[in-house]
Amino acid sequence: MTETNIALMAHLMRRASFGASREELEARVSNGYEATVEELLNPEAKEPVDLYDLFRYQPWTWKPGTIQGMGHASWLYRMLNTDAPLQEKMALFWHGVFATGVSKVDHWDEIIDLVDMLREKGMGSYREILRAVARDPAMIYWLDNNENHAHAVNENWGRELLELFSMGVGNYTEDDVRDCSRAFTGWTITPKLPRFPMGRFDWFFEYRDEDHDHDDKTFLGHTGDLNGDDIIDIIVQQPAAAQFICRHLYNFFVADEPQVPAWSVTLPRDPEAVDMLAKVFVESDYDMRSVLRALFNSDFFKEARFARLKSPAEVVIGTLRMAGGADFPSPGLGNLARQTGYMGQDLMNPPSVEGWHTGSEWINSGSLMRRTNFFADLVGDVERPGIQAIIVNLKARGDLSPEQLVEGCLDLMGPLEISDDSRTELVNHAAEDGPIQWGNNGNSDHRVGEMLQLIVSLRDYQFA
Amino acid sequence: MTTAQKDPVLVVLQMSGGNDSLNTVIPFTDPLYRDYRPTVGIPEDKALPITDSLGFHPNMGPISDMYKQGNIAIVHGVGYENSPRSHFRSMDIWHTCEPDTLGTQGWLGQVIRDIDPKKENVVTGVSFGPSMFRAMALPGVPVATVDDLNNYGLLTGITEQAQRDRILERYKNLYAQTIGTGPVMEFLGQTGLDALKGADILGVAPQKYSSTIEYADNPIAQKLKGIAQIHLADLGTRIFYSDHGSFDSHSNQLGMHGVLMSDVSVAIQDFFDDLREHDAAENVIMFVFSEFGRRTHDNGSGTDHGAAGVTFVIGDRVKGGEYGEFPSIKLADLQQGDQVPSTDFRSVYSTLLEDWLGMDAKPIVGGTFEKPAFIETN
Repeated sequence: MTETNIALMAHLMRRASFGASREELEARVSNGYEATVEELLNPEAKEPVDLYDLFRYQPWTWKPGTIQGMGHASWLYRMLNTDAPLQEKMALFWHGVFATGVSKVDHWDEIIDLVDMLREKGMGSYREILRAVARDPAMIYWLDNNENHAHAVNENWGRELLELFSMGVGNYTEDDVRDCSRAFTGWTITPKLPRFPMGRFDWFFEYRDEDHDHDDKTFLGHTGDLNGDDIIDIIVQQPAAAQFICRHLYNFFVADEPQVPAWSVTLPRDPEAVDMLAKVFVESDYDMRSVLRALFNSDFFKEARFARLKSPAEVVIGTLRMAGGADFPSPGLGNLARQTGYMGQDLMNPPSVEGWHTGSEWINSGSLMRRTNFFADLVGDVERPGIQAIIVNLKARGDLSPEQLVEGCLDLMGPLEISDDSRTELVNHAAEDGPIQWGNNGNSDHRVGEMLQLIVSLRDYQFA
Repeated sequence: MTTAQKDPVLVVLQMSGGNDSLNTVIPFTDPLYRDYRPTVGIPEDKALPITDSLGFHPNMGPISDMYKQGNIAIVHGVGYENSPRSHFRSMDIWHTCEPDTLGTQGWLGQVIRDIDPKKENVVTGVSFGPSMFRAMALPGVPVATVDDLNNYGLLTGITEQAQRDRILERYKNLYAQTIGTGPVMEFLGQTGLDALKGADILGVAPQKYSSTIEYADNPIAQKLKGIAQIHLADLGTRIFYSDHGSFDSHSNQLGMHGVLMSDVSVAIQDFFDDLREHDAAENVIMFVFSEFGRRTHDNGSGTDHGAAGVTFVIGDRVKGGEYGEFPSIKLADLQQGDQVPSTDFRSVYSTLLEDWLGMDAKPIVGGTFEKPAFIETN
């Protein structure tokens, strides 16, 4: 088992999962890279996360309705415990594209259902995903399609479907927005405005033909009595849609792209890569699984190590999974769930329908401080099982010189690649206290913890 | 008076999501307004009159009072040509002053650089919220981004002070390395160092603060309170940024927009009351804007994305009154169903930059624009 293979597998697992322990990496390397990709692409073969303990110990996470604070805790719990991490990653991916928030929907249950739908369908056909999103009650309410009537057109959903969910600006006219919106008249929810003290009724999609505008519409050159599904069929065939979705995938899984509004005027960082993915997208009839397979097995993916800044969700879940001790729904789960929000990514409550700005825009003085403080607290807690596992592994290497301590920690937390200068600084820090001698120094565990604290404080730690 | 010599401070309040300007400053006697807005129209007798034909939204009482005292400039019909009606793109245009191409330099980022070219004060610009606003972004320019002023500090979980100091010292060394690391790494390095410095500076603000003003319990009032705390601590901050929203009122507009108007109006009143109580209002001006206005015709429940919008400039040194032309709402004058902007947004910026902040607007806004004269000269 070569170090190269471990490093490559660690890269795959940082992107397609939330990172992996050394033990898991070694097991996966013996299975092989492509076999691991296949396993990740087939979440159906895995046991779903059992929510029984969660609902038993944290009852407010089930149908939280309008109650603030625990709404996305069940998603955090799933991400921490899943054996099908790529499925959760794809739910995160689509949540970033189809950004829908409780700030307006004011109904956690419906947003949870939307994310459940994205989890279930997220690796399937993009056409089916769009059809499901267009019928999703949370989305319908979020973008006011319940107010889109045959005789009073509301453009909110129609515009964002084109601008943010499928093609991007510059690929349609204001007339297309208008007629696209008309095609979705009558797509609504029931009951309309459910008010109920301390709770909410479930919402359901409803198509009301009498409220649908049956006059002719013209959308991207197609004319007729178009309905919503006709619009979606036309959209998915547009080369612009293939480019848009594949560029999103590239930005999420491969390397940071400029922000979405720049896409109409800026070429992709690697146009050939996006073209290749777009080709698979079209040829596979918009099958996300096929596109992901091509992506993870490509050279451009394998070469893109540490080319992305981790989103708050990725880095929080990744660090929690590494440190361990958060898999049980203990008190404090709500606090853990709120961490990503403190770092600028309040799950199920994006700042607007445009979702979050990614890449270096995740980082500002406040969010970097939040990241550093939270991770340092976690890894400094040496009783956590994941930190103990690192210590046990280090102990097996015998007494450690300062250099060996630094190398060992970097190796077991990634392996992470850092600059020579940073390495020197870490070694100097370790050298102040001399070598680690496990036998006669009761403080060794804490010295490892302190080294891990310095490592998670590194800039390098923010990259995946 | 010493206060007259204090450096000018600009506070930006962004109404995110597209504020319905036609229901903010309302042509309440115009029959066309009634025709266009059967559902979301404000009744004639509810508007708070500014003139015979224009009135504030009924929930803007505090703003109406400040207007009567002469402390508010209303700039009508602000926008730009070919309004894209996309939140994303429109906000970028306001933030970067680039209506045609995609800008990357925030206009206030450039202001901060000009005020503090040697980066001597990392809190010259302070952005309130979990994310930084693009208006403040400029590579290499420090901006303190504050979500919660009371929890602002690095590695505060390490309670043993000697250990913490030792780690912070390493942190400083680690973040100072720049050679051959690339632009993103350098950006993170600078951000980390600025955070470290900024935390030490800003940490004192809540402790030094005391006031009789109780701010309203809404997010924008609480953000403005944080801004007041920093301003009153006299830390040299010149540019503040905050936002409230969402104003994206496609549906159920009447109730939703009413709450937002009330939130913003009360928050602004609290803020200026607080500053005046501490004799610290005279060098502060607030600029209130939104990325676009909304359609003149309602859609049966709310209003869709439009073009021109109203902006406010507020402060003791503002020459109150109306500026710019209220854009016609005659059907023949509308473009794609929207009021056409009568004042370029860069005009408003130019007055703020030159007549308030005392700097050359041209390089920042990318040209020379007519300046509405809403700043008092003395």
